Amino acid sequence: MSDEPSYAVGIDLGTTHCALSYVDLDLSEGESIAQYVLSVPQVTAPGNIESRALLPSFLYLPGATELADGALTLPWDEAPAFGVGEVARGLGAKTPIRVVSSAKSWLCHGAVDRLAPILPPHAPDEVTKISPLQASILYLEHLRDAWDAKHPDAPLDDQDVVITVPASFDPAARELTAEAAREAGLDNIVLLEEPQAALYSWIQGTQSTWRDQVELGDVILVVDVGGGTTDLSLMVVAERDGTLELHRVAVGEHILLGGDNMDLALAVTVRAKIEAEIGKKLDAWQLGALTHACRAAKERLLGDDGVESVPVVVPSRGRKLIGGSIRSELTRAEVEALLVEGFFPEVSSDARPKSRARVALTQLGLPYAQDAGITRHIAAFLARQLGAAADVDGYRGKLPEGATFLHPTAILFNGGVFESSLLERRVTTQINAWLEADGGARARVLDGASLDVAVARGAAYYAYVRRGKGVRIRGGTAQAYYVGVETAMPAVPGMEPPITAICVAPFGIEEGTRCEPAAQELGLVVGEPVSFRFFGSSVRRDDAVGSVLDRWSDGELEELSEIRATLPSEGRTAGDVVPVRLRAGVSAVGVLELEAIPRVGDERWNVELDVRAGGAAGD
Amino acid sequence: MVWGASNAPVSDVQPPSFFARIFLAWVAYFRTLFDGEFAAGVVQLREGRGALPAPKEEVVEAPKKKKKPAPVIKEAGPEAALQLLGLLQREGRFVDFIEEDLSGASDEDIGAAARVVHEGCKKALDEHFTIEAIHPDEEGETVTVDEGYDAKSIRLTGNVVGDPPHSGELSHRGWRVGEVRLPKMSEKHDPSIIAPAEVELA
Repeated sequence: MSDEPSYAVGIDLGTTHCALSYVDLDLSEGESIAQYVLSVPQVTAPGNIESRALLPSFLYLPGATELADGALTLPWDEAPAFGVGEVARGLGAKTPIRVVSSAKSWLCHGAVDRLAPILPPHAPDEVTKISPLQASILYLEHLRDAWDAKHPDAPLDDQDVVITVPASFDPAARELTAEAAREAGLDNIVLLEEPQAALYSWIQGTQSTWRDQVELGDVILVVDVGGGTTDLSLMVVAERDGTLELHRVAVGEHILLGGDNMDLALAVTVRAKIEAEIGKKLDAWQLGALTHACRAAKERLLGDDGVESVPVVVPSRGRKLIGGSIRSELTRAEVEALLVEGFFPEVSSDARPKSRARVALTQLGLPYAQDAGITRHIAAFLARQLGAAADVDGYRGKLPEGATFLHPTAILFNGGVFESSLLERRVTTQINAWLEADGGARARVLDGASLDVAVARGAAYYAYVRRGKGVRIRGGTAQAYYVGVETAMPAVPGMEPPITAICVAPFGIEEGTRCEPAAQELGLVVGEPVSFRFFGSSVRRDDAVGSVLDRWSDGELEELSEIRATLPSEGRTAGDVVPVRLRAGVSAVGVLELEAIPRVGDERWNVELDVRAGGAAGD
Repeated sequence: MVWGASNAPVSDVQPPSFFARIFLAWVAYFRTLFDGEFAAGVVQLREGRGALPAPKEEVVEAPKKKKKPAPVIKEAGPEAALQLLGLLQREGRFVDFIEEDLSGASDEDIGAAARVVHEGCKKALDEHFTIEAIHPDEEGETVTVDEGYDAKSIRLTGNVVGDPPHSGELSHRGWRVGEVRLPKMSEKHDPSIIAPAEVELA
């Protein structure tokens, strides 16, 4: 913090790619902003270094003799231990056991130890694995080095940096992202939810006319379908002191479902056609090549109504391209059946995502969404958030009597999937059909820029407006948090003791604020780590600190990673039980923080969100 | 080449010793007898003209006529070309395709392969070059070539007579590369390997 920042920087730390955008503070004044996207130098093939706007979120862990000297050399590092970016994606296509992808989804996977070296998940023992946290650190370090190489006089650590996270990231995943930034030497960061970044990007794109494009009481649904995740948020246009402002009132669940699933679905369908035709199975590399070809074919089919089918070719592995390549085609009917009907099915507003009971023997893998129907996820989200906007000052309550879900009045799309106007239209039509059936008015679409770098740009813009230079989206935490305490009652064989949930943090705590400690006391054992069950609720907006819930309906409370505290034994007898109260707050970075306060004395003990919860189960 | 030193002023040469002079006289005696050129040099020395015959190369210089200065011919380094081949091969299997024997292959198979090559090579070109048409008009239109046109970017063909302005039909719009963005290479990288052999371990 020795130097005054010269840039406001936004980093999109994405599931499938990362991007960095920045605003030059010296050249920007008010709404006139000098903004750029960093061209990130990266190895694109062994020995080749190129600069690209996107850094693919892939890591390659090479074997000892696999790559020649200088194969991974970067302008700032002669011999990096890992390949980061394009080279990792390329090498990984042919050697999948050594590539780490989707590390971000693992970061939010509560059932695994996120600090343990578990990636790549199917690598043989010889491969030195890394942890999901380590992967995030490596991406951030790469971006930092790329930045510092370009701006030697203004190192990234001295700038105002905003890093985006999915709105649906749980407190532990947010904390891990902040920790990754610290480990990468960035101490000066703030977290921002991706749908908010998308909205900032839209605001910036309207060139200060956004206030004319929305009106008081508007409810904006942000549908952000990225490569690996679907992220839903609701923003309300409210009024304060005579001017319009934006409130983020609700966020959806963490849904591991995105554009990559769609391309894979197409590839798997074409693969079945090919395998039936040639009577041979395609290998992993061929499926990768087919996925790539299908993505290109899909974009043509969705982009041009006149095209009925597009040939897809899987090139041969060997040098004989002719005869060795496999040809098939993707038809419009297939794309519509798979993508439109499969991922955006026409459903009624009371449709809910199917959740299949998990098979006990599931391999240690990512908890992909069980239901690919994004429209069903949206329907469930809107119904669950029926009352989300009621408390916002200035929200006039546009809901008709007896509405069954929250009626959005505007929709903002973000993410590469919506490059296709067909899918955007499908979602819009679907939501409008629900609205009509529910007695509401039609929602309009806000013209967003669904560019790959929209989130990074929005984040940089936010870093800029945080300095007091423009509209801010108010939000705070999108959940209330509860600690679970076992109710004292006689044990009944075969029955878990019932749990009481005590609210420690109400809904909507803003960054840099602290709650009062809850009055209820918990016992911590000196010298031993003590864990408590921990819950979040995205619908209970009115619980105050100390509210006690004896029972709750299905889906009202969601169990999160446990929280854990360890009392140092200095000055106390090990094994003693010390009564403490829990106090919650949100740090300036935007991370939930818990601390334990003893009845007497002014000591404070940190209570950690347990990110290693799955460790035992995963071993 | 002791004799060559006789061009130098005499004072610079130390007189040889008596015994050395006996040896010198002995050698000179026989060489004068059997080596005509040497003998001619000795004659010149005796006449006080000093030197042995000048080296032959100097004689060649004599006829000095005005000659055109040699044009500067640039030599293209192989690295960028190798890099481009590597890119086209990596993205579009270019070398595989060109090196293949097309006789006997059906047009359908060639077409399937050509899609891979076309799509990949286009990606490689788009990523590494900014290629734009030189002439803004459509091919087939009648266009005017003004005085002072740039002959590097516009080639006149057919009935090329008279001075500009010329009027003619645009038969090709031409291409110009604006920006080149070839990858940088690490020092140890060998660009002549445009595609390594691949060995898949089971």
